[in-house]
This record gives sequence, C-alpha cells and structure tokens, in this order.
Amino acid sequence: MNETIKTDVVIIGAGPVGLFAVFELGLLDIKAHLVDILDKVGGQCAELYPEKPIYDIPGIPYITGQGLTQALMEQIKPFKPTFHLGEMVTTVEKTGEAAFRVGTDAGKTFECKAVVVAAGGGSFQPKRPPIDGIEAYEEKSVFYAVRKMEHFRDKRLLVVGGGDSALDWTLNLQPIARRLTLVHRRNEFRGAPDSVNKMRALVASGGMDLKIGQVTALEGADGMLAAATVKGADGSLSRVECDAMLPFFGLTMRLGPVAQWGVKMENELIPVDTAAFESNIPGLFAIGDINTYPGKLKLILSGFHEAALMAQKAYRYVYPDKKLVFQYTTSSTSLQKKLGVA
Amino acid sequence: MNMAEHDDAVGLQRVNGAPMPKIIFIEHDGTRHTVEAEIGATVMETALRNDIGGIVAECGGSCTCATCLVHVDETWSPIVGPPSPEEEAMLDSAFEVKPTSRLSCQIKVTAALDGLIVHTPAYQGR
Repeated sequence: MNETIKTDVVIIGAGPVGLFAVFELGLLDIKAHLVDILDKVGGQCAELYPEKPIYDIPGIPYITGQGLTQALMEQIKPFKPTFHLGEMVTTVEKTGEAAFRVGTDAGKTFECKAVVVAAGGGSFQPKRPPIDGIEAYEEKSVFYAVRKMEHFRDKRLLVVGGGDSALDWTLNLQPIARRLTLVHRRNEFRGAPDSVNKMRALVASGGMDLKIGQVTALEGADGMLAAATVKGADGSLSRVECDAMLPFFGLTMRLGPVAQWGVKMENELIPVDTAAFESNIPGLFAIGDINTYPGKLKLILSGFHEAALMAQKAYRYVYPDKKLVFQYTTSSTSLQKKLGVA
Repeated sequence: MNMAEHDDAVGLQRVNGAPMPKIIFIEHDGTRHTVEAEIGATVMETALRNDIGGIVAECGGSCTCATCLVHVDETWSPIVGPPSPEEEAMLDSAFEVKPTSRLSCQIKVTAALDGLIVHTPAYQGR
C-alpha cells in the first residue's frame, strides 16, 4: 500500500494534548490528521488510567481519563480530524520551506506543511520479558502480536500471560495449533470470566495445557525456538517444547523512532521555545510531555496551553500570506461558525 | 556485588514532632539507600523523590503499569502485607514476581514501616 495523503498538519499522538491541538488548529482553519500507535484515542488517559480520576483540569473538578478523552473528542468533532490508529510514524523529513513528508509503518505517506509531535512518553510498545537472548528470536519465533493466524497453524505454541490478550489468542489459536500451552504465573486470570471458563474447559478436555510459572530460559537456533524452561511457583523447572512463543505482559512507553528524525533532543525530550513550542527544525513542533523547556511541567493543562500557542505559529506556515486576527470563541461569529454553533 | 552505601537523607527532620520513618532501598547491584519518608506518601513516591534506581512508575501511581515493582524484604513482608486483588492482577504484567513482590505505588508509608527494606529489580519491562 502506498497512499499519499495531503493535509495541513500531521499530529503524532492522539492523547489529550494531540486531540486538543486539533481544536486550536481547527479554529484557525488548519486541517489535521492524527497518527497513534494505540488502536484507540486518548493516549495515556486511555491506556494507563481510563477509570482513574484527574483533578487538575481547569474548570473540571473531577474527570476520568476516559471521560476527558470523550469530552475532547466531542469538542473537536466540528473539525472532522482524520485518525490513523494502530500505526506508528517511522519517518519525518523536511522536504522544503513549510513542507514535510511523514511516513508510517503501515506504508502511508503524508505531505504536510507542519508536524506536531504530541507523543507524550513515546510509543506504547509491548513489554519484553527479561529472558536471556530473547531478542534473537523476536519476529522469527517470538511474537508480541498476531498479524496472521495462519502463521501459527500446526505449530507448538506457548502463550504467556493472564490477561485478555493472552486468553483471546489462546482461544483463537488453540484450534489451529498442533499443541498450545498457556503459561501464567498464578492459577487466577484477570481476563474476561467467559474466556477463562472456555480456557479451563479446553484444559479439562485435554485440548491444551496450562502451566503455572514463569518462563526463565529459551532454547533454539537461528532465531527458531525449540523449547522454553518454565519455573514453577515451588521453584521446580520444566521444559516445554515449542515452535513459537507469544508473551503478553502489557505495554510500556518507549521513545521510538523520534530520535531518528534529526530533531534536537535532550534526555529523550524535544527542547522547544516557549513562544511557539517549535523544535530546532522550523515547522516541527513538540507539545505535551515529549517537550522540554525551562520550568516545564508534565501536566495536561500545560500541553493545552502549548497547543494554543503552537497553532498561532503553525498558521504562518499553512497560510504564509494571510494575517491572523486574534478572536474569542465567546464573541466571534466566524469562530462560532467553525464550531457549528452560530 | 557492589555494596556501596549511600545514606542519602539521614537528618533530624521531624513532622509534627514525630520522627520520619526511614526506608531502605537496595538496588539489584547491591547499592543501598537509606532515606526518610513522609507518612502517607507511597514507597514509589519516596523512591522517585530520592532518585532510587530501578523504579520507573510510568503511570504515576495509578496501579496500571506495573513498573514500580519491588521485592519486600522477607522480614518485612508480613508487616507490609499482601497486595489487593487489583494490585495482584497488575502483578501479572510484571516480571520475576516473587511471593513478597509488591507495586511500590500501593504501599503507603506509616510509622509502623520505619526501617522497611525493599529491593528494586534490574528491569521493569523497559
């Protein structure tokens, strides 16, 4: 797939700050596409604390991560942003004066006038279990996601974990695997009760194996697994022969490809000026937790402020010949028309 | 093993006249830190305030990321107590979990924990 999408601005990260950037840009008639590695919007609010309270959003004494995400989605609706979820931006190149080319791991290419990095703590990526030499097997016989089920047909599979991902893939792959073993550290599962019951029924009928313990070592050659060692709660070691392993230990934030875009970085953060939150590359902005400047606070409210100022400068790249007149949403008919309320 | 000793915050600070409990963090390489903790703060917050290695605390204390895992010293484990069911479920996303493992964001400092010893792991998933 090689699709080129032309737009004004590409926002990298659909967390609260990336979402609010759509609003501030939208008020200035700037169109935006958002790319996020998660399969849902909201960033950390959705992934780490959907049900947890946030007490420091101005004017909102109490809201959950999910509630804030929903409210922001409602607020930016008039601007009809386009989302590219479950994709990671891999390349950002400056191709000219107010011209960038942005590429994703799904093969999409964007051509835009400015780029807004609102990537928070980086990309959410699967946690890698601390097993010696595991890197050599990754993408050959150790997988953190299932792209094609067929790939696992007639294989001896080891699924590791106790949540919904581990249980769902256990149930989906068990019918096509030669033999499936689920490994979990305790004999209780936090996944959906229905999935747990189905898995237990398969174990009872001999359709699969369940081992309680933690994988401590891998054996194999040339990236192809032959067996894994499982250490039980009592310290006993057992060897499970397998052709592939699928560990599901949730996600963690890693910086990801940002460091390869040629933008200046300090301690995995992008230094910006505090007038426009622009990096050392003109037209490449960084807002929210990913940026740094004297006095920076990693607060959602700071990210919102940064988005508003960023938009003023982005306007100059998108509409170099137009004069920007500052207006209030309370009194400007023109802004209210954009919001669909006038 | 490097048994370097850093007693970072052994002072005479007192809150409401009561001495502040001390917490001893031992990193995976043996580095030992003795720090004073505020009653009511979590062990995770105490670690971050004192730049203790091995605590990531990605979610900031929401019990949703399992990157502030500690192994409570065996002598202290019965006093600290077991994890709640919510925390126990989150431990599924941590590595090398032991019977004495806890998420440090879920341990609140009390006077009874004065002298608590916790071990921080080499790896929290990133």
